[in-house]
Amino acid sequence: MTSQYRRGMVFNEKEVFGKGSPGRCGVDFSDTGIPEADVSALAPETHLRRELKGFPELSEPEVIRHFTRLSQWNYGVDSNIYPLGSCTMKHNPRVNEAVARMKGFTDIHPFAPESACQGTLKMIHDLGDWLCEITGLDAATLQPAAGAHGEFTGLLMIRAALAKRGDARTKVLLPDSSHGTNPASAVFCGYQAVTIKSGPDGKIDLDELSRLMDNSVAALMVTNPNTLGIFESNIVKAAHIVHERGGFLYCDGANLNALMGRAKLGDMGVDVAHINLHKTFSTPHGGGGPGAGPVCVVKELAPFLPVPVVVEEGGKYRLDADRPETIGKIHGFHGNVGILLRAAAYILSMGADGLKAATETAVINANYVKAKLAGHYHEPTPGKSMHECVFNDKLQNEHGVTTLDIAKGLIDRGYHPPTIYFPLIVRGAIMIEPTETESLETLDAFCDAMIDIAKQAKENPESLKSAPVNTVVRRLDEAWAARNPELKCGICG
Amino acid sequence: MNFPDKLKYTKDHEWAKLDGDVVVVGISDFAQHELGDIVFVELPAVGKKLAAGDTFGVAESVKTVSDLYSPVAGEVMEINAELETAPEKVNKDCYGAGWMVKIKPANKGDLDSLLSASSYKAVVSAGH
Repeated sequence: MTSQYRRGMVFNEKEVFGKGSPGRCGVDFSDTGIPEADVSALAPETHLRRELKGFPELSEPEVIRHFTRLSQWNYGVDSNIYPLGSCTMKHNPRVNEAVARMKGFTDIHPFAPESACQGTLKMIHDLGDWLCEITGLDAATLQPAAGAHGEFTGLLMIRAALAKRGDARTKVLLPDSSHGTNPASAVFCGYQAVTIKSGPDGKIDLDELSRLMDNSVAALMVTNPNTLGIFESNIVKAAHIVHERGGFLYCDGANLNALMGRAKLGDMGVDVAHINLHKTFSTPHGGGGPGAGPVCVVKELAPFLPVPVVVEEGGKYRLDADRPETIGKIHGFHGNVGILLRAAAYILSMGADGLKAATETAVINANYVKAKLAGHYHEPTPGKSMHECVFNDKLQNEHGVTTLDIAKGLIDRGYHPPTIYFPLIVRGAIMIEPTETESLETLDAFCDAMIDIAKQAKENPESLKSAPVNTVVRRLDEAWAARNPELKCGICG
Repeated sequence: MNFPDKLKYTKDHEWAKLDGDVVVVGISDFAQHELGDIVFVELPAVGKKLAAGDTFGVAESVKTVSDLYSPVAGEVMEINAELETAPEKVNKDCYGAGWMVKIKPANKGDLDSLLSASSYKAVVSAGH
């Protein structure tokens, strides 16, 4: 099968260790005029490596070609739709990059006096205010480096608030549809993670919540809309049950892009929420680069915010670290400020109406995909969705085709697969989040590819089992790789 | 799919079998099939006390990570240490070499409240 996206000029490339030739070098140090020093005099013998077998020796063009070719194997939102609903899922506007590179922000030292970095402090302060406005909560910390770090920070504040009440609790409740980081964060904070089974409609089962919610439960952690892309319409009732019995309601804000500008978490009874700036607020986080997971809280939890907090007094900004009830520091200095800047630029350039429009378009796009693929793929929860929609492989199973085969078939057609096998409560789940970034043409082309795969699954299921065929490497043996991980490079031994 | 009659089952897809003084526990053929290739099994420390329904470990496959639930209350007497280096035994022989823990039950009668093979088969079919 030929792909409409990948044709020719995709180079095979060996590991760098198999390239070059002994003695070849990209840099000539011969005429510097600086006398050569004896390395033994510069470092202790135990730190010196006399021999390094297999170290690649390459010229400059060879190095450039090696990494350029590898980069051409890459796939991201800059090359095509990235329907994974994860980091860097939507377009990262280039104006954000221009703002983050402004010298007034890049050329300050973390230890500069407050008077010399008023602009940056104002940006941190204002971004916190805007996130509070968007979430309907009262105070914020921008320090956490990503979503799970935000969860950890939020739960530490809940723990501190309960300790202050003299009401140490032991459990955190989580729906079985929750992101895997939620129970992990609960356990990391010393709580027992207790799962609540979702109802048949995919929502929180209030009876189950009522049964499990007692005075040993510190918090209920929900995601709204949940990971099925369904709005938790009972969230106010859930909040009431939790609050009545002395607990806190934590909201994983990973799906805030379905609510931004249209509904506020604070109005739903949420006490703490983290926000993934690298999702909703268009900041880059691909490849494990810096992210940001600010946390917004209600007034009662504000005294426990990490220090320092940026405060404004008479038009001047200062760092307040004198907060006796704080949970302490959770990141060096003030978090990943370059990422915060990009999110601030996004909010300012979009404006309130623009943010609302982004939310509406994201929801419309997901419902468009849902409607187009209905009938071709089974819908475990039929009806309208929010910003993402979930299908599964039930219809394709009849032909022996699984979700994994469908994902590999998408790769052959030039698309990064959506999230598969999550949420866990849907057997063979295929979770698609198109975001507001994508045009009608892109959505149609993606849906056509999905429909074409459904056809191939029916007519020629065996051929789908051998996908992908258009990639540099074919289907990988993931089980073998996971059981026998090789984590060292060729010359590390 | 194979669900031996001589075993007891849970709704969470573990099997249990009384062997002398201990209950041997593993996951069902359905569970290993659903998880796909299992790449890591985390098991508890010997001596750990468990209530029925407590998490006793974690099975990680290429698809997903799944908690393992104790079918009975009791104390962990032995774990299948071979799974640490050979987790594929769970896929290959879930009722034999792929067993996970041996638990000394607080009450042997607890086993009677678990599902029979035919009831478990009904649970599995209803889930489809």
